[in-house]
Amino acid sequence: MSNILAIAQKELKSYFVSPIAYALLAIYALISGWFSLIAIANFIEMSMQGQGPADLNGYVIAPVVSNAGVLSLFLIPMITMRLFAEEKRSGTIELLITSPITDMEIILGKWLGAMGMYGCILGVKLFCLSFTFMFGNPDWRPLATAYLGMFLQGGALLAIGMFISNTTRNQIVAGATTFGMCLLFWTFDWATTFKADGWAKVLAYLSLTAHFNSFARGVIDTKDTVFFLSVIALGIFLTARSLESLRWRA
Amino acid sequence: MIKVEGISKRYARFTAVDNVSFEVAKGQIVGFLGPNGAGKTTTMRILTCFQPPSEGRASVAGFDVMDQPMEVKRRIGYLPETPPLYPDMEVGEYLEFAGKLKGLRGNDLAKRIEEVSGKINIGDVRTKLIAKLSKGYKQRVGLAQALLHNPDVLILDEPTSGLDPKQILETRELIKGLAGDHTIILSTHILPEVESTCERVVIISKGKLVATDTVDNLTNRMRGSENVGVEVEAREGTLDVSAVQRRLEQVAGVSKVILRDDKNNRANFEVESLQGRSIRADLARAIVEGGFALTELKSAGMSLEDVFLQLTSSDKTEEAKAEEIEKGEAA
Repeated sequence: MSNILAIAQKELKSYFVSPIAYALLAIYALISGWFSLIAIANFIEMSMQGQGPADLNGYVIAPVVSNAGVLSLFLIPMITMRLFAEEKRSGTIELLITSPITDMEIILGKWLGAMGMYGCILGVKLFCLSFTFMFGNPDWRPLATAYLGMFLQGGALLAIGMFISNTTRNQIVAGATTFGMCLLFWTFDWATTFKADGWAKVLAYLSLTAHFNSFARGVIDTKDTVFFLSVIALGIFLTARSLESLRWRA
Repeated sequence: MIKVEGISKRYARFTAVDNVSFEVAKGQIVGFLGPNGAGKTTTMRILTCFQPPSEGRASVAGFDVMDQPMEVKRRIGYLPETPPLYPDMEVGEYLEFAGKLKGLRGNDLAKRIEEVSGKINIGDVRTKLIAKLSKGYKQRVGLAQALLHNPDVLILDEPTSGLDPKQILETRELIKGLAGDHTIILSTHILPEVESTCERVVIISKGKLVATDTVDNLTNRMRGSENVGVEVEAREGTLDVSAVQRRLEQVAGVSKVILRDDKNNRANFEVESLQGRSIRADLARAIVEGGFALTELKSAGMSLEDVFLQLTSSDKTEEAKAEEIEKGEAA
């Protein structure tokens, strides 16, 4: 366990000693602030038209949270692309693999480090939303559920991205492929627009949107939780197999 | 300490290491010698559990690299060809992380970092960013990383490559100083390095083991028969080359006389002795007594460099030469 934490700590630190963390946080803060501004403007508009203040959860928190999902699509490849590709390119992977730690400890450490970075990004959004609590009185529970959903969904995408990063030594290739995969997983449910059964249904089930929506609505659904946890496990499993294959090929 | 039995590493299209076996005793420094691409790095990677062999077994301190990799890794310090450094980290941070990977914590870790920094002489760059270090310092930090957990075995892949002459000397001294406490394998394609630092040498070429012996034995073995270069001129008139050759062949202990060059009344011969015979004095007397002028007489003894070239070169003529030497040895 302490090996995992040592690696996670090093990963998280390496985001912050390079410009990556600051670039990601700044971009996210800017966009997140813009989204919040729009949502609040919309809320004010609705409040003016109706009698008394409109629903703060419905008009501010829900749209901001569901946009967060889309935003993470762009940010997750930037978090994961360097995880293994950089170590492979610079040769530091040899240090990790020849140290007395297991592959699983390396992988979990890296995934946790990436989760830490993702957590910092989500923190920025929480900062934006904290103003609604300061000046209004929204229900915090749907927000907590949405955050759980964002963590689960982020964890799943990070695990997949980590696997992709392990298959190449080129960070750009890793980033681009991960972005493509995120986008695909995001839009798989579009299949149902022209076909309602068979493979279309299977694809739609794989769509992250469908599973995330329940969390965004404030519902913790076991089915969706299990789905995300399975994707996380799959990503970690694939990374482990890929790391092992490196030994036979390298 | 290290036992390698018939390891091979095969890829789809080529064989990187082919049936290599050798042993290294505790406390020895062994030079792993071979041209670039001979399979040195692959063999080292097998020993460090970075990759498994396709065939054969290897063990470190009695632990098999395939069956008990954790035990092996705990006992090995490895410096790959490019030091595995994170450029964004400070030296101190890096050593702390590397120490944690090797299972050191808390006070132990701090103590070991202190000790190793002193030994390797990197105390003054502890707070420097690795990216800003000179190549020599980077190499040293890499070495410090390998030493942190005080391993029984040190495996160093080309530890002096890319360093300037002064740094090379320093690194060699450093490595020599580490022997005894640690068993060391270092790979190199620079021969003087082996002659000056190692006790034993393992030579591989194209994935195959060519020779393994002590450095002294290896050079002696190849020196068994003496090769002497002789240049003869006529005192006056024209030189009767065949007469000279006949005279040389009659000298006791000579096994072969080869005419290398003959022009302007000057002939160059290469004379080979039988095993263990010294013939230079006799050659000189024979030439002078025969009425010729001896203008040059030199021993074409072999350095490790020649040995290495003969053992590893695929050049036809070189191979033929090596064969000749072998025949000389057999005679």
